[in-house]
Amino acid sequence: MNKVGSRADGSANQNPSAADSWRQRGSDDRPLTMHTADDPAIAAPTLLTSARALIARDLRLLWRRRGDALLPALFALMVVMLFALALGGRRAVLAGHAVALLWVAVLLAGLLSLDSLFRGDAEDGSLELWLLAPVPLAWLVAVRTLTHWAATVLPLVLATPLLGELLHLPRAQLGVLVASLLLGTPLLSLLGAVVAALTVGMPRSGILVALLALPLYVPVLVFGAGSAAAFAQGLDPAGALLLLGAGLALALVLAPLAAAAAIRIALN
Amino acid sequence: MNPLLRWLHQLGSPPTFDRFAARWSPWGYGLGALAMAVGGYLALFVVPADYQQGDSFRILYVHVPSAWMSLAIFALMALYAAIALIWRIKLCEVLAMACAPSGAAFTLITLLTGSIWGRPMWGTWWDWDPRLTTELILLFLYLGVIGLYGAVDDRRSGARAAGLLAIVGVVLLPVIRYSVQWWNSLHQGQTIRLFGESSMDPSMIAPLWWMVIGTHLWFFGALLARARADNLRREAGKDWVSTRVGVRS
Amino acid sequence: MSTSTTPGPLLSVQGLRFARNERPVFGPLDFTVDAGQALLVRGDNGAGKTSLLQVLAGLLQPDAGHIAIGGRWTDNHARSRHIAYLGHLSALKADLTALENLRFACGLHGRRAQRSLQAALETTSLTDYDDAPVRTLSAGQKKRLSLARVWLSPAPLWLLDEPYANLDLDGIGLVNQLISTHLVDGGAALITTHGAYAAASVRMRELLL
Repeated sequence: MNKVGSRADGSANQNPSAADSWRQRGSDDRPLTMHTADDPAIAAPTLLTSARALIARDLRLLWRRRGDALLPALFALMVVMLFALALGGRRAVLAGHAVALLWVAVLLAGLLSLDSLFRGDAEDGSLELWLLAPVPLAWLVAVRTLTHWAATVLPLVLATPLLGELLHLPRAQLGVLVASLLLGTPLLSLLGAVVAALTVGMPRSGILVALLALPLYVPVLVFGAGSAAAFAQGLDPAGALLLLGAGLALALVLAPLAAAAAIRIALN
Repeated sequence: MNPLLRWLHQLGSPPTFDRFAARWSPWGYGLGALAMAVGGYLALFVVPADYQQGDSFRILYVHVPSAWMSLAIFALMALYAAIALIWRIKLCEVLAMACAPSGAAFTLITLLTGSIWGRPMWGTWWDWDPRLTTELILLFLYLGVIGLYGAVDDRRSGARAAGLLAIVGVVLLPVIRYSVQWWNSLHQGQTIRLFGESSMDPSMIAPLWWMVIGTHLWFFGALLARARADNLRREAGKDWVSTRVGVRS
Repeated sequence: MSTSTTPGPLLSVQGLRFARNERPVFGPLDFTVDAGQALLVRGDNGAGKTSLLQVLAGLLQPDAGHIAIGGRWTDNHARSRHIAYLGHLSALKADLTALENLRFACGLHGRRAQRSLQAALETTSLTDYDDAPVRTLSAGQKKRLSLARVWLSPAPLWLLDEPYANLDLDGIGLVNQLISTHLVDGGAALITTHGAYAAASVRMRELLL
């Protein structure tokens, strides 16, 4: 049994040029054991295969706990009910504020569901698997966030017409409202992913997450609810909606990068 | 190596920084207090009363420098954080986190003085003025950075996470500002701005510059003092700290 | 399965140092691991065994030093293709079955040629549990499943943190057998352990922290 101490004692320290013969075998990225031609194994995962694997996993997990999928919608319904009760339930009052109330309800429901974005994977060590995958962490974060959005928030947005009925939302405003939600909620999820990534190691971070997310959510809420409000006032909502779209496009690229950096910091 | 770079590199060593901060922080506080006293005297007694707002406009001399500091400190905090994250310089992590409480304090002062100043004009203590609303959101950003830093056990991870938040915040701040202005114009039309675009009479500007210089110097002193404290806390247990503090000779 | 006949070491570490909260955890370390070799990392609790493996895997940033894989100095991300890591956490989703977990891991990391998911379960004696949610498995079975994941990985360097934990005698034998086969195939392994479970072939070299 050779004892290798903490100082170099006999074991040669290789400098980078010493192992040329290994390097000449092929591209440096190929793993040491070569694949034979008759097994079409997955050699190295590509962006597409890893995305497919992650989406398949998330959909399966969602299906195993499909009861939980309704919770955000129920929460939004509760918020709507509470507001209706607090405001007195009169048609004119509710209709005048319907757009704003619905936006806030969807925003809060999304905020609550942020916790489930990375926490499960952090707790059982799956995040380490992500970090060690040969594909960029930002890509996995982006795929995860959008799958999470599609599973938790999108059903909520599709339920908006029903919730709107409860608040006597004028029919004419429904179109712009749904459009603003479709553009705004993925943006909220992406920004929320950064916040969730920053707090992923913390056990009880509920209020802190809300505090961190609030300033980042303000522009989205302003342009989202504002576009529908502008439309209600007779103004053109296109400007606000286009800004939301531009923000979404930027966030699709930048937010996963920031969230990946945050995950690396948090797991340190 | 360039002497300036060499000096900066030396400053990064914790004992050297401790000496530097201990020496210069009192100067910052002292000169800052002096400048603010001069500015305050000029603002209260020398400058004539505004023909429109009377004496209540004098609070501008506290409100405006505070507002500028609240924004400048946030940008500086994000800059330190970026340097700390990219080049992994420990001192910049400490400096970034030391900026936050001062920045939050200036933001709070801005909000309070803004509210006091607005009262005679609005008739209420708060009117969702776009500038003040942006300052309120800025306060939440500062509190978020401070809260995140405090919530993480490992100081280095906490500083890096809070630093990343500061960088995200500084990137979004113009967006937030623009969105609040848009929101204001949409819902409330034009409100009476806290201070208009009209240029100020030269005789009224001097105290403002005194206050600006004073707050900058004061912040310099506070930043060094706070960074020094954080530095000592991080390095606690090392020999040079025991020697410096006097536990061991 | 082609064996590597490279003269250079698979893993080469120079001047590696790591500290947490200003307290040094380990370092400076200099060592190499050749293809076909195993390195046993021994030390007391808190000596830094787990941290060393995490630094090598790229999960933690070292304070100083260089790490080379196959002769190339690498940063964190470039290393991941060459490393299979088994940590303290199982990285298994409790609601998914054993097969589904393996399928996901292979989707992210790739799968070694001519090793199927079913073969992996056979090798680790888990064929009866391929359909059961991981929630229902015992700690030892979860460990075997994690080992199956490592067995399926195409990476040549295995970093195993306490692979013998939670396993019975059969499991310990399984770990030793998997490692031995991997070494014969031309791979390398770093193993941390408290106890003296490692077989003779694995105890080839030791690193004391």
